Amino acid sequence: MSSGYKGPAVVFDQVFKAFGAHQVLRNVSFSVPAGEALCILGRSGTGKSVTLKLLIALLKPDRGTILVDGDDITRLKPSGLSKVRRKMGFLFQDAALFDSLTLYENLALPLARLTTKSPAEIDFAVNDVLRQVELEGDQGKLPSDLSGGMRKRAGLARALVLEPKVLLADEPSSGLDRITASEIDELLLRQKRDKGVTILVVTHDVHGARRVGDRFAVLDKGDLIACGTAAEVENSGRDTARKLITEDYPA
Amino acid sequence: MSNLIEFVGKVSSFGARTIIDGLRAPFEGSAILTHIAEVGYKSLPLVAPAGFALGTVMTFHTRSTLVTFGASAMIPTVQALAFFVEIGPLVAGLLLAGRVGSGIGAVLANMRVAEQIDAIESLSIDSFKLLVVPRVIACVIALPLLTLFMDFAGLLGGYLSELAASGMSFDLYIRRAFDNLEWANFIAPTLKTTVFGFIIGTVSSYFGYTTNQGAAGVGRAATNSVVVSSLLVIVADVVLVKCIFFVFPESAL
Repeated sequence: MSSGYKGPAVVFDQVFKAFGAHQVLRNVSFSVPAGEALCILGRSGTGKSVTLKLLIALLKPDRGTILVDGDDITRLKPSGLSKVRRKMGFLFQDAALFDSLTLYENLALPLARLTTKSPAEIDFAVNDVLRQVELEGDQGKLPSDLSGGMRKRAGLARALVLEPKVLLADEPSSGLDRITASEIDELLLRQKRDKGVTILVVTHDVHGARRVGDRFAVLDKGDLIACGTAAEVENSGRDTARKLITEDYPA
Repeated sequence: MSNLIEFVGKVSSFGARTIIDGLRAPFEGSAILTHIAEVGYKSLPLVAPAGFALGTVMTFHTRSTLVTFGASAMIPTVQALAFFVEIGPLVAGLLLAGRVGSGIGAVLANMRVAEQIDAIESLSIDSFKLLVVPRVIACVIALPLLTLFMDFAGLLGGYLSELAASGMSFDLYIRRAFDNLEWANFIAPTLKTTVFGFIIGTVSSYFGYTTNQGAAGVGRAATNSVVVSSLLVIVADVVLVKCIFFVFPESAL
């Protein structure tokens, strides 16, 4: 964080992104206070994952401002961007673990390259985060030896290993059964509850979203059509938003 | 034509970035050693037998001609000159372009498609420096070493072929092979393979690192890596031979 910064952890201000003629995000604005969880909902192809990639600067917006912890990442040079990214963790949809490295090596890599920790401290940090995601016995396994749920947890462990202030999760429960999905949700919740991590989750799973999210943003065809608590989204007067936040969800 | 110019520009800029990033810390020593083992050591079972077989076959072909002209004593000389000056460097380069170029292209393309490169970037790690630079440096270091193995395997194949045909002793074969060989015939052609290694590493990394076409892109990256790097190795060979003749006029036979 820029020292003394007390504003929202994430601010998306009038962000516009297009790929050729296809407008993916049209002047989208929202903010996430520190320590809150925002779930981004929407049908496939509405720009949810693009939103996360813009937030971690894997993509650049065509227009608009993106603040992370007070820093405008659209204007940062690579060295400044690197500092901001270190405050963020990203759980990719398919975990995106490095398949030539063991689980332990996957987690130790960022610590070894980006911190001044000794091998013993790295070992402690890796084992600690593996314990958090309940994979402490699997550190010698390659990603190909892990089940889908274990891979998600491993991806989450890697996203957490640098102790981020902002955690981005792209469909953390996709392809998982409900029990495993709820375990992942619980791990996300623990980060928010115990460590005050700000969380942005892109998901299609309304159960998981309502379990984890404090607020919800609904994207539709590149527009932000609703943003607020579950009740606010449900009563936003937008049918798509109401369906997405209530679908299958027991009252 | 504009596509070709654009491609040349992009690959040149990719290669320049490799050189610049290779000269700044961290120097990725352990990653480079790992890739040297991958590129060099694991290519030996391909390069050494290929050199041996080529050496044997070359003696089959040159022997009858040289014997006809009463120059059978020149057989080891011709063999050594051919291998050290041209066959060894070029064939080792082409074999490496096939084995390693496709591997680098496919691995990096797969990492791109599986979002592993994005994951590296999201961790504030410079993916180019981590993935591309060590591979290119490994190719630059490994190829001259592989070329030496190819040269000496070719010489061994030629000797065994000659031994079977005329019973020439090993000492005599080696003496005749090296008597007419200048250092310029040996050092410059071997060192030119560092350029081949740079081409192979850069071109195949470029195709893999920049792919954006999903699973189909992985296959395309592997194929393009082999085809383009092989072609560029041959073209570079022509240019480099002329450069060597310019710097070492005595090596122009």
